[in-house]
Amino acid sequence: MTCEITMLKDIAERCRQGHRTLAYPKGEAVLPERFRGLPEIERSKCPPDCRACSAACPVKACAGNPGSPTLDLGACLFCGDCAAACPTGALRFTREHRLAAWSREDLVLRTPQPPPALPAAGKYRLFHRSLKLRQVSAGGCNACEADINVLSTIVFDMGRFGLQVVASPRHADALIVTGPVSENMREALLKTYAATPAPKLVIACGACAINGGPFRDHAEVHNGIGDLLPVDLYIPGCPPHPLTILDGLLRLLGRA
Amino acid sequence: MNQGLAKRFRPGATLPRGDIPVLTVAQFRDTVATEVDRGARLAALFGVPAGDATTRLLALLADGHSGELAVVSTTVGESYPALTPDCPPAHGFEREIAEQCGVVPTGHPWLKPVRFQPLRPGCRDAWGRPSGTRVEPAVGPFFTVEGEEIHEVAVGPVHAGVIEPGHFRFQCHGEEVLHLEIALGFQHRGVEAAFVRQPATRAIHYAETLAGDTSIGHVTAHCQAIEALAGARVSARAEAIRGIALELERLANHTGDLGALAGDVGYLPTASYCGRLRGDFLNLSALLCGSRFGRGLVRPGGVVFDLEANRAKELLERLEHTFRDVSGAVGLLWESASVMARFEATGALTRETAVDLGLVGVAARATGLDRDARFEFPSGIYRLAHIPVSTWTSGDVFSRAWVRWLEIGRSVDFIREQVSALPGGALRVAPGALAPARLAVSLVEGWRGEICHVALTDEAGGLSHYKVVDPSFHNWQGLAMALRHQDISDFPLCNKSFNLSYCGHDL
Repeated sequence: MTCEITMLKDIAERCRQGHRTLAYPKGEAVLPERFRGLPEIERSKCPPDCRACSAACPVKACAGNPGSPTLDLGACLFCGDCAAACPTGALRFTREHRLAAWSREDLVLRTPQPPPALPAAGKYRLFHRSLKLRQVSAGGCNACEADINVLSTIVFDMGRFGLQVVASPRHADALIVTGPVSENMREALLKTYAATPAPKLVIACGACAINGGPFRDHAEVHNGIGDLLPVDLYIPGCPPHPLTILDGLLRLLGRA
Repeated sequence: MNQGLAKRFRPGATLPRGDIPVLTVAQFRDTVATEVDRGARLAALFGVPAGDATTRLLALLADGHSGELAVVSTTVGESYPALTPDCPPAHGFEREIAEQCGVVPTGHPWLKPVRFQPLRPGCRDAWGRPSGTRVEPAVGPFFTVEGEEIHEVAVGPVHAGVIEPGHFRFQCHGEEVLHLEIALGFQHRGVEAAFVRQPATRAIHYAETLAGDTSIGHVTAHCQAIEALAGARVSARAEAIRGIALELERLANHTGDLGALAGDVGYLPTASYCGRLRGDFLNLSALLCGSRFGRGLVRPGGVVFDLEANRAKELLERLEHTFRDVSGAVGLLWESASVMARFEATGALTRETAVDLGLVGVAARATGLDRDARFEFPSGIYRLAHIPVSTWTSGDVFSRAWVRWLEIGRSVDFIREQVSALPGGALRVAPGALAPARLAVSLVEGWRGEICHVALTDEAGGLSHYKVVDPSFHNWQGLAMALRHQDISDFPLCNKSFNLSYCGHDL
């Protein structure tokens, strides 16, 4: 009898918790008002010889190069210190969460912005309906890891797109790497890559994996995976919002 | 009898470096061991290079009953008699000192590197490794058990889930674990040294990423140390917003942990609901500052973002909804016999073991110890608003889960109270220059436990040494002890019940 009561309570709670999966990507992405997404630079507002943004940046992501300021999304920690230091409001962070790029160069915001390079047609067609991911944290602080993990919850439910984190590199189509690659994880990362059967993809998730993040140029790290593995997709952020990561993964599937 | 030798002060105060007592090695060992015997905790023990191939050892003792800190120091050369045999909480610290400073704590029972850092060029090495030796993580002797039918299981560094790397070596007899040794260091990024070496603009980002799931905890500890040195007075409003953010961080992580514990025993409803609800708490942090991890909120001198009336109202409404759903989701655990059968008596630690190892946080409180920096060493808003300490006594997985649940309720109460009566004041003041030649210590109760930051300045007012002690540094040994005589299949459950930080340990 007790069992039946417990079961009824379980069912009642299930009804109460309700349906929670986001409509994304069909529905609108709901992001907090203070969310710092894609930065925008209004070149005409930059005062002559102003380098306030580059002086404020902790990781040299901003080059307040008068006339043609650039901002490297791959290095950016999205801390907002540059926008706060900008005397004219020329630099601001929008709420655009779609940030992933196919090449390292495409992460550098220039003014004016050249069109991004596109991957060769059909390169990722094999994975259109199913992409199995193996995650490797190589010096990651557990924020990128946490926001990858959350994609498997009912809110994002990436399984509905054929995306799944698998327990072994042998079962994986892609490595999604976080962290600046600590020297102590270099070998394990390379072995995990070697253990993944071809054809295989590599995703650099977060400022650390792309550029070393706040740890850039520390002797103990490798400034990201760029010099160690061939990267197919870059997902900027510190950490990237789960929707930024999901958007990136959906691009690999050709479904974004 | 040695209590007169230590210099006592309160967290939040700074101490002139000249006031730190320099004792003989014998007095130093005796004072630390005696204080720990009398109930103080070893909050930090570390070496600072002192010139002429000597190292200054500093011990920081935290007396929870008086709310006071005590500091003592001594100067050592190539070696000194280890404290660990008389004072087990020094175990990890002395291995760290050997690795960072090249000093040998003679008689240490298990002297291995803690992080497998690269050799320091041109410096003495505690293990006599020739210069140029490439240090490989987790390579070296492990504690082994011998005998017929004993087997060894090695796991990691890369694990099956989305989780940070670490290496676990089990000595087993059949299913039973006789001993577990945990080898970390894979996440070492050289952060402690970089606090001193790199430009100050980076320091705050190191603090936010020391353990990324504890951004608010570490960044608050960092800012409190800097503010103490700068003599900055943070407004009550900024302190309250920091407190709200710290409790939101606790709510998110405790909720996530309860869901993960449910998942590890195959009880999927709670695992599924809590996975969502953890995110709802993170989204409240994002409501406050735009980042789910609280990045960009806390800065020296105060906070960057305000909690205006309409935002406060929204925060409270969403908090109530989320808390109601968490109550429903977590309540199922305690009523499910299949869950309780797996939680109870699994991975139990006694109160004595917790004291001997110097455990902190949830793991300590789950053995009945009332260790909580918010209560023992209140700083910031916790000086004015008290949170009752949540304890339980069974020391097992259930106890660690139950303490989390109790804390969820108390954090919600705290946030309700703070948000509905937010004090006034400037969001942020300019912190100003750091006072020269001083020591500052901050203690913050992060969701895992006590976070300790120690900052020392030089004669010019620049940082000369920075020490970080994440609660995980104390508690990994607790997980190893909890596994003794458990089934190896219970490791994931026990591990999750501690949920310790790899990068917070590896720094």
